[in-house]
Amino acid sequence: MAYLDHAATTPMLPSALDAYVRTARELGNASSLHSSGRAARRTVEEARERIGEALAAKPGEVVFTGSGTEADNLAVKGLHWSRRTATRNRFVTTAVEHHAVADAVAWLGDHERADVTALPVDEFGRLDVDALAELLDERPDEITAITCMWANNEVGTLQPVEEVVALAAPHGIPVHTDAIQAVGHIPVDFAACGVDSLALSGHKLGGPAGAGALLLRRDTACTPLLHGGGQEREIRSGTLDVPGIAAFAEAVAHAVRTRADEARRLTALRDDLVARVRAAVPEAVYNGDPEHRLPGNAHFSFPGCEGDALLMLLDAAGVECATGSACTAGIAQPSHVLLAMGSGDGDARSSLRFTLGWSTTEADLDALVEALPEAVERARSAGLS
Amino acid sequence: MKLRVLAAMSGGVDSAVAAARAVEAGHDVTGVHLALSKNPQTYRTGARGCCTIEDSRDARRAADVIGIPFYVWDMAERFHEDVVEDFYAEYAAGRTPNPCLRCNEKIKFAAVLDRAMALGFDAVATGHYARKDSGGLLRRAVDPGKDQSYVLAVLTPAQLAHSMFPLGDTPKDRVRAEAEERGLAVARKPDSHDICFIADGDTSGFLKNRLGSQTGDIVDAATGEVLGSHDGAHQFTVGQRHGLGLKRPAADGRPRYVLSITPVDNRVAVGPREALRIDRIRTGTPVWLGGEARPGPFECEVQLRAHGEVYPATVTADPEGLTARLHKPAHGVAAGQTLVVYEPDAEGDAVLCSGTIDDTAAHAHASASTGEGGTGV
Repeated sequence: MAYLDHAATTPMLPSALDAYVRTARELGNASSLHSSGRAARRTVEEARERIGEALAAKPGEVVFTGSGTEADNLAVKGLHWSRRTATRNRFVTTAVEHHAVADAVAWLGDHERADVTALPVDEFGRLDVDALAELLDERPDEITAITCMWANNEVGTLQPVEEVVALAAPHGIPVHTDAIQAVGHIPVDFAACGVDSLALSGHKLGGPAGAGALLLRRDTACTPLLHGGGQEREIRSGTLDVPGIAAFAEAVAHAVRTRADEARRLTALRDDLVARVRAAVPEAVYNGDPEHRLPGNAHFSFPGCEGDALLMLLDAAGVECATGSACTAGIAQPSHVLLAMGSGDGDARSSLRFTLGWSTTEADLDALVEALPEAVERARSAGLS
Repeated sequence: MKLRVLAAMSGGVDSAVAAARAVEAGHDVTGVHLALSKNPQTYRTGARGCCTIEDSRDARRAADVIGIPFYVWDMAERFHEDVVEDFYAEYAAGRTPNPCLRCNEKIKFAAVLDRAMALGFDAVATGHYARKDSGGLLRRAVDPGKDQSYVLAVLTPAQLAHSMFPLGDTPKDRVRAEAEERGLAVARKPDSHDICFIADGDTSGFLKNRLGSQTGDIVDAATGEVLGSHDGAHQFTVGQRHGLGLKRPAADGRPRYVLSITPVDNRVAVGPREALRIDRIRTGTPVWLGGEARPGPFECEVQLRAHGEVYPATVTADPEGLTARLHKPAHGVAAGQTLVVYEPDAEGDAVLCSGTIDDTAAHAHASASTGEGGTGV
């Protein structure tokens, strides 16, 4: 089996799995005051320090959550709620955010009467910074917060987050970034980048699913989503998942420590994959930014084919990838990212995402390139239904 | 022979057992749930049709238990164009369509089958109760109460050749028991009866939503006298007795039925049951399931509704349509229904052909013996 869907989830690193199993054998609620509780708390705080150290955040800026989606929701809604006034009720986002952000923002619009501005992107999926500058010139006082992802989950395009911060800072508008696809894959420095909050997730970098975090500046106000024991700075309640957090921290530390070498390896593999796919299927269209891009991401449109059909045929041939499109009850929708990049509905349905990770080898690429031409031929004859 | 089979899985017990049987027969089976609703979320509660999110999940769990790959295919647009729009158009034209039959004709054994074939599958398997014999003929299921050969009678020989109905030889209660034995959670799931795209079962409201309300007359078919009014001729079906809202009873005190619907002047004509008697039926272009057309006349049995009564008849055929002479009268037959022609056979009646009903008539001879038909009310 060739697994080329590491952006969906990547296998747990052996060291993270060890940390998980070791910690899961231990008793203790990190909020308890006795000896077992203190031991659990110590594990959590060490994890917090490791994650802070890896990403240039202070330990107190690390707020553990139950998922990347929760971290994004906390930031989007929490920042908006804390800054909303009668005249300031606009949330600014981009047209290519992950659903964890996009749907949270849409919810604010639909249920909280927030005004929403979704900034356009260019043909590579990169934010139109001028559009943001213009908006900030016109109506800075209306804006509660701005969100801009660090790296796109579908086409892998890196966003100019620091430019967003530079434009927002003079107006005192907080900026959130969804860095779930970025952390561990490209350099992320929380202190230097200047955002107010940053979401990351365990299972995208070799940790467990169900472990996420929001890096949140101490001086940034954020209204909680979950109320209860107030475990995480009173901003997030819920008994802490000690083994998950320990494994998450191990994965972050490992991914960041090995990042530079791994990025070089994956970039070379990815470039090889792109070249081989193009040779095998000359009409394939390579999507996304050729330069500002995640190392392990290759994203193609196969004109005349439906992504779903390709996925099914490759799956049957032992090659696992993604259409990169949103799912509602398993129903593929045309990718909102490709639509925002100017693709037609057909191209937006004809895409496949191949993402590489720490366990990817050349053999995975061989399997893909062997299965792909026949799958494309069949999918094309089935057409776009 | 080992075939690559695509099992259409609705989320119900029948299609789940059908898929399991296809696996057991040695085929390489992939399960596919057809998403037919454009807005599955809106059907999240209350629906008993075949296109809810719950049904998709039930189908997925059944595929897990059977041990086959599973995907959801989005057929919502095709379904809407070919089935839902057709449903509206037929009612707007004063006809009574059967959307399940249309779905089999246009979606399951056309769009889905075509796509499956292009993707390298050899056949589509469904949970329909019908049999295909070794000669490729479509026959009634052994369970007469569940027989669905009627709604499959629109398949061409090519479509039939690539279809599989693994349940045709089994009674329904046995299929449920088998589902239980196989550990399928859908074993006790109730059957779906309603039109799947009308979640609340309110067909009249569904049509009114789209086709609107327009007041028109309900008239006595014999005298032309205006007896009442309605708010849209498309709300009625030929043969309908209830819901006419007539204030004055008929002179003879007997119930009145819808005899005809004229969309052009939004008129609904009513009359006594015997006026619904017909024994001549003319259809549009026939589909011959065995390929060869038989000009006839030949003796056969015809069925006019899913699970409806069977009538002995003489049928003659030409390329434009079928003409059936029924040997006993039928009542309340509407244009838009499908006439299915069976050749009686102890091994399971075989479907010869079908056609959509365009027109009906009462032969003079039959009309003369009115009293006889009236006693059957």
